[in-house]
Amino acid sequence: MASNSSGGGSDRQRIAQQRLRIIAGHLRRPVDVDSTILAAECKAQDSKTDVSSEGKTVPRRRQEIMKWNGWGYSDTKFLFNKKGQAEFTGKRYKLSGMIMPALKDWLEDTFGTNLQHKSPATPILTSSAVQPPTLNEAFVEELKSTGIPFSHDAEDRVFRAHGHCLHEIFALREGKVGRVPDLVVWPNCHNDVVRIVELACKHNVCLIPYGGGTSVSSGLECPPEETRSIVSLDTSQMSRILWIDEKNLTAHMEAGIVGQDLERLLNESGYCTGHEPDSMEFSSLGGWVATRASGMKKNIYGNIEDLVIRVKMVTPQGVIEKSCLGPRMSTGPDIHHFIMGSEGTLGVVTEVTMKIRPMPEYQKYGSVVFPNFEQGVACLREVAKQRCAPASIRLMDNEQFKFGHALKPQVSSMFTSFLDGLKTFYITKFKGFDPNCLCVATLLFEGHREKVLQHEKQVYDIAAQFGGLAAGEDNGQRGYMLTFVIAYLRDLGMDYYVIGESFETSVPWDRVLDICRNVKLRIIQECKDKGVQFQPLASCRATQTYDSGACVYFYFAFNYRGLSDPVHVFEEVEHAAREEILANGGSLSHHHGVGKLRKEWMREAVSNVGMGMLKSVKDYVDPNNIFGNRNLL
Amino acid sequence: MTLVKIASRLFLSLKSPENEEEFVDILEERRLRSDLGHALRTFRPSPYKGGPSCSAADLPKIVLESQHLRYVIATETGASPEEVREEASAILEEMSQNLQLGFIRLLGYIFTKVFKRLFTSINVNMEGLKALQQAIQESPVILLPNHRSYVDFLVISYIMFTYDIPVPVIAAGIPLAGMKIVGAIIRRSGAFFIRRAIGSDKLYWAVMSEYVRTIIKTGFAPLEFYVEGLRSRTLKSLMPKLGMMHMVLEPYFKGEVYDIQLVPISLSYDRVLEESLLALELLGVPKLKESTTGLLKASKVLQDDYGIMHVNFGRPMSVRRLCRGKINLRQYNLIPRDLPQKPRAEAQACVSWLAHLMVRIQEEGSLISPWSLMACLLLQAPTAVLTEQGLPWHQLTEKTIWLRKLALDFGARLNWPAQVPDPDVMSSAVALHHSVVRREAGRVYLVREEEPERKRPISPEEDVIRSAAAVLMMVSYRNQSLHLFVRPALLATAIGVTKTAQRDELFAFFCFLRDVFSNEFIFIPGESSQDFEEACVLLRKCGAVHISEQEVTASDAGLEALSFLQALLQPFIDSYQVMFRFLCEDKVHVFAEKQFLPAVRNLATKLILSGELHTYETLSSDTQKNVLSALRRLETLAKLES
Repeated sequence: MASNSSGGGSDRQRIAQQRLRIIAGHLRRPVDVDSTILAAECKAQDSKTDVSSEGKTVPRRRQEIMKWNGWGYSDTKFLFNKKGQAEFTGKRYKLSGMIMPALKDWLEDTFGTNLQHKSPATPILTSSAVQPPTLNEAFVEELKSTGIPFSHDAEDRVFRAHGHCLHEIFALREGKVGRVPDLVVWPNCHNDVVRIVELACKHNVCLIPYGGGTSVSSGLECPPEETRSIVSLDTSQMSRILWIDEKNLTAHMEAGIVGQDLERLLNESGYCTGHEPDSMEFSSLGGWVATRASGMKKNIYGNIEDLVIRVKMVTPQGVIEKSCLGPRMSTGPDIHHFIMGSEGTLGVVTEVTMKIRPMPEYQKYGSVVFPNFEQGVACLREVAKQRCAPASIRLMDNEQFKFGHALKPQVSSMFTSFLDGLKTFYITKFKGFDPNCLCVATLLFEGHREKVLQHEKQVYDIAAQFGGLAAGEDNGQRGYMLTFVIAYLRDLGMDYYVIGESFETSVPWDRVLDICRNVKLRIIQECKDKGVQFQPLASCRATQTYDSGACVYFYFAFNYRGLSDPVHVFEEVEHAAREEILANGGSLSHHHGVGKLRKEWMREAVSNVGMGMLKSVKDYVDPNNIFGNRNLL
Repeated sequence: MTLVKIASRLFLSLKSPENEEEFVDILEERRLRSDLGHALRTFRPSPYKGGPSCSAADLPKIVLESQHLRYVIATETGASPEEVREEASAILEEMSQNLQLGFIRLLGYIFTKVFKRLFTSINVNMEGLKALQQAIQESPVILLPNHRSYVDFLVISYIMFTYDIPVPVIAAGIPLAGMKIVGAIIRRSGAFFIRRAIGSDKLYWAVMSEYVRTIIKTGFAPLEFYVEGLRSRTLKSLMPKLGMMHMVLEPYFKGEVYDIQLVPISLSYDRVLEESLLALELLGVPKLKESTTGLLKASKVLQDDYGIMHVNFGRPMSVRRLCRGKINLRQYNLIPRDLPQKPRAEAQACVSWLAHLMVRIQEEGSLISPWSLMACLLLQAPTAVLTEQGLPWHQLTEKTIWLRKLALDFGARLNWPAQVPDPDVMSSAVALHHSVVRREAGRVYLVREEEPERKRPISPEEDVIRSAAAVLMMVSYRNQSLHLFVRPALLATAIGVTKTAQRDELFAFFCFLRDVFSNEFIFIPGESSQDFEEACVLLRKCGAVHISEQEVTASDAGLEALSFLQALLQPFIDSYQVMFRFLCEDKVHVFAEKQFLPAVRNLATKLILSGELHTYETLSSDTQKNVLSALRRLETLAKLES
């Protein structure tokens, strides 16, 4: 890391101070947890042992620290301990090591699960389940001569053959493996990628870029019809911050860096990007660019398209990039928009220049309870109208509110439990909120202390107009913490016959309530029609506000006991839910992307001509379909 | 107690032979207990659970403040926004219902008194009511009864009040609002009033559609309206009106509600109170304006017996399921939903299909009385025979028994008491309809109105009208079962006319007839092959035809059925031909509708007197109007705006 400088005494002094700060940051980090940024506490804290050379979180052999058939770190999971209480293992998260007494009842009440009925996963991957690799010998020979590391080990290949769609994880848990890449290659820099792409073109090998592996659009699935050798291009080792420009507040990174490393390293210099998608522990910068990612705090920092200044992408036709770092330009259609959202069909993003901001002086969580979801949405709409949205504002429906309660850790003191009781009494009895209707908005404010407090008051005043009651910082913080933990919970559910998924859309304001109601009802009806024996969970939240609409997230899960082909039923219901979203004016995707999962609706989403435009770009950039993951088009 | 009454009691004690639903006489309990007690009963309905409750007073406010109305008010030219808003308020005031439980109670009291006097029993299918009760809690519900008599206005409300189901708001014609006291009472019983000819009055249209939309979106109450638009003067189903239907479905199309449940309701009468008035109206004697004094004068009809009234609640049908694959809802995503939008062809076709389907289901749900079958047969005898020498009773009864079999083969819901000897059933049917027929010395005669005392002898033309009035009364009872026979009758006619057995030729002719008569009978648009299939299957079932892949051949055993069915359709064919002849002969290519009706009536009268025309139905203004509509639909005639 080096900041660019232009000489001069004051500059030199400043640089020296900066260095000192960085060193101080390095020294302080492991011991100091409380006094830095609160948001960081929600994410997993990487313990020293995991950090390989250069502070990388992600080793080449991901299986060393991560699950091969579930979400996240191997040492972290939900389980029921001997007393039958739910426990979250490991040390990485705030919730780690805690007991959640209410979770068992919630699972049983919501899904009709029973601890006696388990559906455990296959514990280890049997190599015989994996097809032997189809190698392109000439390609492998030449690759060897470049010295770029690669592997055709079964575990390495299986790890890069999937994202985190329900059907992908379900199959892995059953020990079933479909088409997987034949080879995994780990370039170390942009030039390595250029060489790999050249070789792939020369030998007609199919390349599938792999970043953090968090896709939920079947984007990483190897097309079964692909007959060529498939090479997974894993960018995880390209994870350096190449420079930070403090004058223009930009930083230049390699695209393989994952979100948590990027923020941590920038924080050490006193900066941040502010881009925090829910998957930021594992997802990579290149992946964000390739899927048009959105971060929780986009209200302050913007979505990925607002943050990116310059992108370098290696394509079969060569490298595509802009010639300057100007903040905006009128040079025909923005070529970045061919890159952003290309989902690995055109090339590999290798380096990105992105905006950075000084770390916020002050952060404050908050929460508001509304008597019902309608009032909550009306409040969010008003906040958006007045353009005073905090860094993050999210509205959970009643089901998620109850779910959040189920994840409350055991209270240590009588006093806390007494206080909780008092709060509940105040809200339900004194204020007359129906516990089966009320919903919660979680808030995160960032900035200068006084401005944050002022801003906070403004938002709470608006909330009050819609019957909202401030419900404290704790509830807010817990809400954001759950974001990182919720993905682990799906694995627990799958141990007990419960399968589920989340999916998202964006929709104009006037349709938010209608789409939420209709999609939830559609899910319930489809489950019933398809023979699901238990009432499903259908829940939603509004996670982002815009001037003209909102991003809505749906969660849906059900107990599949008694179904012969649960994944098929699941996929049919998910399909119906997406049809319902589209019928109600929602978009095909707000930030997950299209992948192969939502491809069938793409033509309708962008019109015939739009489709033709995208196709002709693909035909020019990659006429031999080297980047053959078959996403999007 | 008349035979009918005994019969109906017996009917109730047993399940009907086809194992159809059990009907319960809701008057039975009323006869045993106090009327006042019923009116003052504790009313505990379980309302719609999907939305926040909204009061009757809130409705107009929500409507006036809607973006839709604000937009229309802002774009209305020629007056200041304040004036337009005033006007919108006035329209709303004229329109709004003011549902109050007190008035439902008052109405309940009056109805119990009146119904007990008029009807032997009011039979309601309880399973249907239960399904309705459930549906109302789950989604907005639209009640779609047919309308055959003034009596049935509010009868649904009466039943729902009795069984703790939320009382509906009802779309009614504006003339009802004008009736003294009665208008006020029915407004407070949940009726809202809409003008008949709205035409291009944008503001009225906006206020009304927003009012209806709001009722559905808020789940304020079940909404009741007549999909046929008005009371059928002929007891035959009418072509559905699409405006209201579209308005009602729009909240679903636009995703504002998850689903809407449609509940077709079939009301069928043994005998209709207005029978003679209707016949006169059809013959051009002007209809009395709805008035309170008129209603009081009509109270003399209360002295008579009208048999059984059947109310058959159809199963709630999900609009979401019905419309699957029929309409792409994404078309509503690109324009703000609150702005007025002309429905696209696809939406119009979908609404029309649904509306026709609802009328068909009403038809299928209605109960056919023995008398209706007898009327079918009586009308196939020459009118002179009925008026002069009379039809032998045994001939009529034997034939009726035969027809009952045919009707059952065709899947009729028959209201034929199983435990009463057949001759008694038919005797009591004739007794009940003493205003139309009389039985004397083993023969049945048509009853004509008493000749008024006059100085001069009655003219032949006047005599025709006298007979016509009686015949048209009988026609309306025949019409009650027409829907059952119409598809096979079209095929029978096709076989008779084309004299071919080729299936595709028959299908072509069948389609031609179906097309010509689709203002006369209810055919679901776009389902001509299904109709043809149905006709084939039914005719085969009764043994009238043999069917192979290529051919449909009449069987020897089927001649009776085929000729009955052809004869059933003959009056329509004859009447249409008379009018086509009139239009062809007339040198003038442009005529006023007002002149057309009497001119045709004159021609028909002449033809009847000369013995050339055998049906009096040509004289019915309903048939005449249907011909005009059919010709306009087929683009043979065009309406010029004067």
